Parts: sequence; structure tokens; C-alpha cells
Amino acid sequence: MSEINPALETFAQEVDELLTAMEDALLVLEAMPDDADCINSIFRAMHTIKGSSGLFGFDDVVAFTHEAETVLDRVRNGERAIDAELIAVLLACKDHTAQIIQHFLINEDEPLPEALQQQSQALITQLTGQAAVAGGMPSTQQEKADHFEVDVNTSDSSDNWVISLAFKQNSLRNGMDPLSFIRYLQTLGKIIEVIITMPTIPRIEDMEPEDCYLNFKIAFNSSVDKKTIEDVFEFAEDDCDIHILPPHSRQEHYLQLLENMQEDQVKRLGEMLIEIGALTEKEVTHTLNEQRDDESAETKPLGEMLLEKNILQQPVIEQALKKQESVKQKINKESNYIRVDAAKLGYLINLVGELVISGAAMRLMVDKHGLSDVDDVASTMSHLVEDIRDTALQLRMVQIGETFTRFQRVVHDVSKELGKQIQLQITGGESELDKTVVEKINDPLTHLVRNSLDHGIETPAERMRAGKPEKGTIQLNAYHDSGRIVIQISDDGKGLDSEKIVAKAIAKGLVKADQVLSQSEIYNLIFEPGLSTKEEASNLSGRGVGMDVVRRNIEALRGSVSVDSELGQGTTVTIHLPLTLAIIDGFMVEAQKERYIIPLSMVEECVEMSSDEWQIDEVQHYVNLRGQVLPYLRLGDFFHNNKKHTHTQRESLVVVRFGEAKAGFVVDELHGENQTVIKPLGKLFENLNGIGGATVLGSGDVALILDVQGLIQHAKKRVNPALALS
Amino acid sequence: MNQLIQKKDNKTELMAQDQLRQYLTFQAGKENLAISILDVKEIIEINTITDVPMTPEYIRGVINLRGNVVPVIDLSARLGRRSSEITKRSCIVLVQVEYNDDAQLLGMLVDAVDEILEIPEANIMPPPDFGADIRTDFIQAMGRVGDEFIILLNINRVLSIKELSQLKQVAEYEGALPT
Repeated sequence: MSEINPALETFAQEVDELLTAMEDALLVLEAMPDDADCINSIFRAMHTIKGSSGLFGFDDVVAFTHEAETVLDRVRNGERAIDAELIAVLLACKDHTAQIIQHFLINEDEPLPEALQQQSQALITQLTGQAAVAGGMPSTQQEKADHFEVDVNTSDSSDNWVISLAFKQNSLRNGMDPLSFIRYLQTLGKIIEVIITMPTIPRIEDMEPEDCYLNFKIAFNSSVDKKTIEDVFEFAEDDCDIHILPPHSRQEHYLQLLENMQEDQVKRLGEMLIEIGALTEKEVTHTLNEQRDDESAETKPLGEMLLEKNILQQPVIEQALKKQESVKQKINKESNYIRVDAAKLGYLINLVGELVISGAAMRLMVDKHGLSDVDDVASTMSHLVEDIRDTALQLRMVQIGETFTRFQRVVHDVSKELGKQIQLQITGGESELDKTVVEKINDPLTHLVRNSLDHGIETPAERMRAGKPEKGTIQLNAYHDSGRIVIQISDDGKGLDSEKIVAKAIAKGLVKADQVLSQSEIYNLIFEPGLSTKEEASNLSGRGVGMDVVRRNIEALRGSVSVDSELGQGTTVTIHLPLTLAIIDGFMVEAQKERYIIPLSMVEECVEMSSDEWQIDEVQHYVNLRGQVLPYLRLGDFFHNNKKHTHTQRESLVVVRFGEAKAGFVVDELHGENQTVIKPLGKLFENLNGIGGATVLGSGDVALILDVQGLIQHAKKRVNPALALS
Repeated sequence: MNQLIQKKDNKTELMAQDQLRQYLTFQAGKENLAISILDVKEIIEINTITDVPMTPEYIRGVINLRGNVVPVIDLSARLGRRSSEITKRSCIVLVQVEYNDDAQLLGMLVDAVDEILEIPEANIMPPPDFGADIRTDFIQAMGRVGDEFIILLNINRVLSIKELSQLKQVAEYEGALPT
């Protein structure tokens, strides 16, 4: 495999983005077939891919996308209605485009394999076969010609080109024959009328027989474009002022062309007008030269000059200007995003981290030396540094929405394949989490969604029988909770059958026949390897290799997954994930001279740990907190259980909450809230439960961040080693 | 021209070999040890080492290295000796080890760093098959300096992330037993 050069890499990335946008748009179109923005975005995708592929000489891609583009253009012009069938074909086209581009990316010089070529052909026929209204597959060039013929037929006699020729006096002497031009003009179309004016004719006695005093105004009916007409007078250019005013039908044609103009063709006014054929290059250069030569203080804009010179009608110019403006705005909007190398971002964040620490060190020095005048400056700076840190950390955070929307396609395709009607509802797409987590969560999510599609939602007939709406719903939801992100996948399908699961688990030897299990324990059995409740495996899921992989992947991210279900009502899978590199509000405590951070969102309250106030059971490790039994953990003892230590000083009890459960941590000292930048502890500690990460304090010391949930679980294992081994 | 290039290549090769034979010597657990200079990233003074609970003895803790959190391994404890006491001469030698195609920076707590020695290829001997009280796979080779032998450590084995993180789990359950 040859190395992919950077230009191709950019191309691949661009194609990927465009195709994703196209897919999204297609899926939206399914619901709202009239959405012009979507149609445009699909067209843009095909068009841009065609253009870029051309640059790399991927002719097969160009040929294929061209056909798709042609059809889409028709859709855009309202010549063809968009329906489910066309959307399906276009989705297939999108996949196919990705495929052939992939082929060329890997083996740049090899021709397209037969299979792919055939697929191209098949898709083209599907695309254009339905487009038979317009007949066959006309190339863009022919298409244009069609338009012109229509123009001729529909235009009435007054709808003509107006050509004004003002010959200079010595043109006859230079060998020009005005008549010959007019005669030649006849070969291009029909001259309707010629009006001869003589604005400069002198008195008869001053008249020179060899001078030309005649000006012509010709009404000319033809379907050729402006450039061709101008070419007729090419030789006369120096001796004649030529103005060619397009007919009214032309004007409409120009307006339409402007309307449909591709954004990448929108440049300067002159260039746009040349592009659509309303102006010729010569006219523009000429006018621009005049503009430059105009020495008066205020030079007029090009549009105004064109109007004055009567080269073009006002509506065309106005339309062009409008188009220019709208595209400018659009481009501004699109350029709001910059693609940045993740490594650069990481480097920046590291630097900011160092900056924060140096800032804190400077702060200490200022305080130490009591430099009161430096104090103000230093505090302004530390505020700024804090802002920089927050912003820098935000850079790595992405919204989960994009990951969610990808499932629209999965749901669309799979539900069709299975003959089910399923809609996907997405909520909480704006919840942010670290990019690396987003990337890794994609696979498990795909699996869970597919499971819901395949096992969860019933067929329409079954649903009707169960008295549910025909259309099933899958919901993807995300929200932040207790310093973690929670992702839920729920469906309103048939739910999990706990009896079946138990029977299967017993058959597989996962549980003993006489074992008593709680409902949630039963549901969580589905994450055990080798358990699938579906009788037959489909090509989607059901081989029982999925759910345990899902759980493993999520646990690798230090997350957890649980499932809840109600038979006949549906299933909800809940994933809890840490935000890793995120910045959290922390609560700093001290135990045995070491400092620890507890995520503030998990801290319920802090109370004094004194037996005067609460009933404390030192043996069973619980506190009677206002009538509630609260198990507690002495952090210092728990972490250093080999070392003896005396707790003479006043201790505090930090009450933490995770999900539904509560627990208390007994610490020596409370240090209050602080903003905590989570630093990963690295590979070495990946099996360590109870510590979520580390952070660097202002003093430069490292403090550990407690993973409350993990710590409690770990503590449970310690109390009951038998549980740990089960 | 080609010959010239060839010569140049030879020269860089020679230089690489020279470097390969340079070793950083240090003391850990009252023993003279050495690692290839190419493995050494940096040598730093000890500031504060933050203890990480629930880890085996040879994981000394973590330090802040210019904003990054880097684990520190107590070399003496890792080699089966007693934990090092931190003295004025104690240092942390930063090394990079490979793990699953990823590089991980680790600190190695040693009692003192001595010098950089050049040991010619001829004086490097294979490790003894038995007899050494350090695990044989930790020893890359033995280097003869004057009349003495010095142990050249295989850093990727001594500080194998895979092994360090697995052993830890065992230690956790040991720690769970009442003391």
C-alpha cells in the first residue's frame, strides 16, 4: 500500500464530511421533502466531490458523481420530485461514492474493479431511469442548449437582443464595412429590425464622403449567447462602440442562472456576470478600465457603471449583488470551524497547565515578600490564566449529538431491512464530553442500538396486537450527573423476559437453578458472555457475543452499564461514563497528610464527626445521620491500612451521593472547593479502582481524585472478600 | 559521490555504536547498577512524591513533571530489596518504556546517580544463568569496569507496564487481609 499523501488525506477527510452531511440531509428530507437547504446540501456534497476528484484525476468518481449531480440539479430546480425511492437510491449512491473513493485512495493508479463499475452503472440507471421525464442522460452542455431552444419558442417578436453599433468616423477608411457585419449577423439568427440613426451628421457641405456617420440599432432574434454575438464585431472593436443588450427572456434566464449558481463560483460581480454569460470578458475589462481611468473623486461601483452604459438590465445586476451578499454570509458562517491537529491541542493544554502552576508559584512569592503593588497585577493575571485554562480545556470537549445523529442512518436502514417502523428520538445531544471518549463510545452504542432494533422493537403487526402504536420509538438521551455523563438508550419494545433469561442462564451454567436473583441481577445477566435471548441469530445480533463486549468496552472507559426493563413496555440501557480530561469542580480534603479531591457534584454535605451529635458505630462503620443509616469509611485508615495512626484532631464527615446511594468519608481536614484539571494517571494504574485521576495543585504538588463509586465498591470487597471473588 | 555517502553512513553507525556503549550508573539498594544512556530521558531532583494508595510497595507514588503526572517506581523495592529511604542524594531517573505501541514516561527512584561510563563492546558479557539474586530476565548484560562487574538492567523488563499493573491487583488482595 502506498503512503497517502497529505493532499489526499485532506481530500479523504473532506469527502467523509461531505458524505456525512449528505446522509444527514437525506434523512431529514425523508421527513420534509421540501427542505431546500437539505437538497442544496446534498447537491453541494456531490458537486464538491466531483470537483475535488477531478483534481486528483479520479475519473470514475467524476463520472459517477456527475450523474448524481445532474439528477439533484433537476430536483433542485423542481423538475423532479423527491420521494422515498429516490432517497433510497441516493443513500446507496452515497455509500457507493465512499466505496469507489476508498478504492482510489488505496490503489491510486489501478482501475476500478469490475464489480464496482457495474454497481456504478446500476446506480446510474436507477438514478436516471426514473429521471426519464427529461429523457436519457443529457450532459450539462446539452442541457443548456435545451434551455435556449425553449427561449426561442416562447419569446415573442419583441423579445430581442438590442445591439447598438456606433461606428467611428474613419471606420470606412479603415476598411470596415458596417453592412458586412450585419450580413454576417444574419447567419446567427434573425434580424428583426434595423434602425439607423445619425446623431453626428454635419451640414451637407462639411460632409466627408469617406466618413461614416451612421449608427445602427439592431433588433436581433437569436438563441446564441452574448459572447458569440460579440465575436461578430471583433474586428470592428477599435472603430466602433458596441453595446449588446440581452432580451428580456434572456434576463430571466440570467436570473435563474444566478439563482442556481454554485457558491464556489460566486466571486466578484464581473466574474459572476461573465460566468452566466450576461457579460463578456471584454465588456468587463473595458468597463473596469474606464473605472480606473475615471479620475473624479468618487469612482462608481462596477454595477452602476454597467447600468449607465446600458450593457445590462438592472434586475440582473441586483440579483447578482444579492447572491454575492448571501454567499458571503454563508461562507462566514461556515468558516466558524477550524480543524486542528489533536496533538497540537494536547500540547497547548499541557502548556496552559504549566502556566497555571507557574502562576500559582508567582502568587506564593508575591505573598511571601509582601509586594502589595505587585499584588493587583498578579491577581489580574491569575484571573486571566484561569480563563485561558477553562477555554483551553473546553477545546477538547465535543458534543455527543454528532455521534447520536449517525444512528439515524442505522435506524433507517435496519428498520427497512427488518420490515419494522422505527423512529429515533435524540435528546441531550448538546451534552459535552471529551473527544477521546466520544470516539470510543461509538462501537458499544452501535451495538446497543442494533439490539434495540432487532430484539426490542416488535414488528408492526405484533405492536398493533399489543395495543401499541405501529411505529416503535428508540430514544437516545444524554445528560451530566454527578460529574459523569449518563447515556441512555431506551425503546418501547417488548422488554426483557426475565424467565427466559434465567432459563437460559441456568442452561448455560451461569447461575444455579436454586439461586434467588433480584430483578436487576437477572437483567444484568444479559451482559454475561454467551447469553442471547433471541432463538435465532440474525445478521444483526443475537449470537450472544455482543453484550459482554459492550460491557467490557464501557468498563475500559471506567464507566458502568446497567439495564432496566419492563416486560411488554420496553428496555432502558443506562451507561455512566467519566468525562476524563474534563475540568471538574472539586472538593479538597486531607487525610493522613495527603490531599484528595472529591468531585463536588457528588458531595451532599459536610458535618463534624463527633459522637456528641451523631450515634457512631465504630465497629460496623456507620453513622446515624438524622435517622438515616450512613456507612462510612475512614479515608486515612482505608488507604494506609498497615500504618497505625491516631485521630485526635477534629475530624469531618463528608457525605457523598452516587446515584441513589449515600456514604460518608471521614477526613482530617476540609480545604474547600477548587477547580480541578483532571490528569489521567496513565496505563500503570488502569486496574486501580477508587482513584479516578490526579490533579496538579497550585503548589505544584499532585493530589489524587477519588472515584467515589469505585472506592465504595472496593471497600465492599474488602469487607467481604468472598464477594470479591464471586 | 556514492562512496562519500557510504562513508558518512559508516560514520553515523559508528557514532551510534559509541553511544550504545554509554551507560548511566547509579545505586539502588546498595548495589551498583546501570542502564543504557539511550533509555534515559532526564534526571531530576526529588520534590514531593504523592503516595498512591492501594498499590504495591514498589509503586512509590506520582510526581508532577511540568504539569504532567508521572508515576515513580521504587527500583530497590522492584528488585526485591527494601524500599529506598529518601536522602539528599536520591534522584529520579526518567525513562520511557513501550507499552502497546504507546510510550509511557516513568520515574525510577534511585539512591544516587554516579556517572556516565563508556563500556567497550568487548567488556560486555552475557548475564549469568543463575546465581544472581535479581531476576535473570531483568539483567540485559554484565559490564566489566576495571576489575568489577556492574549489572546492566533491561529497563523494558524491569519497568514493564503490563507486569507492574497486573502485580498490583494481587497486592491489593494481600492488602485486604487483616494485618
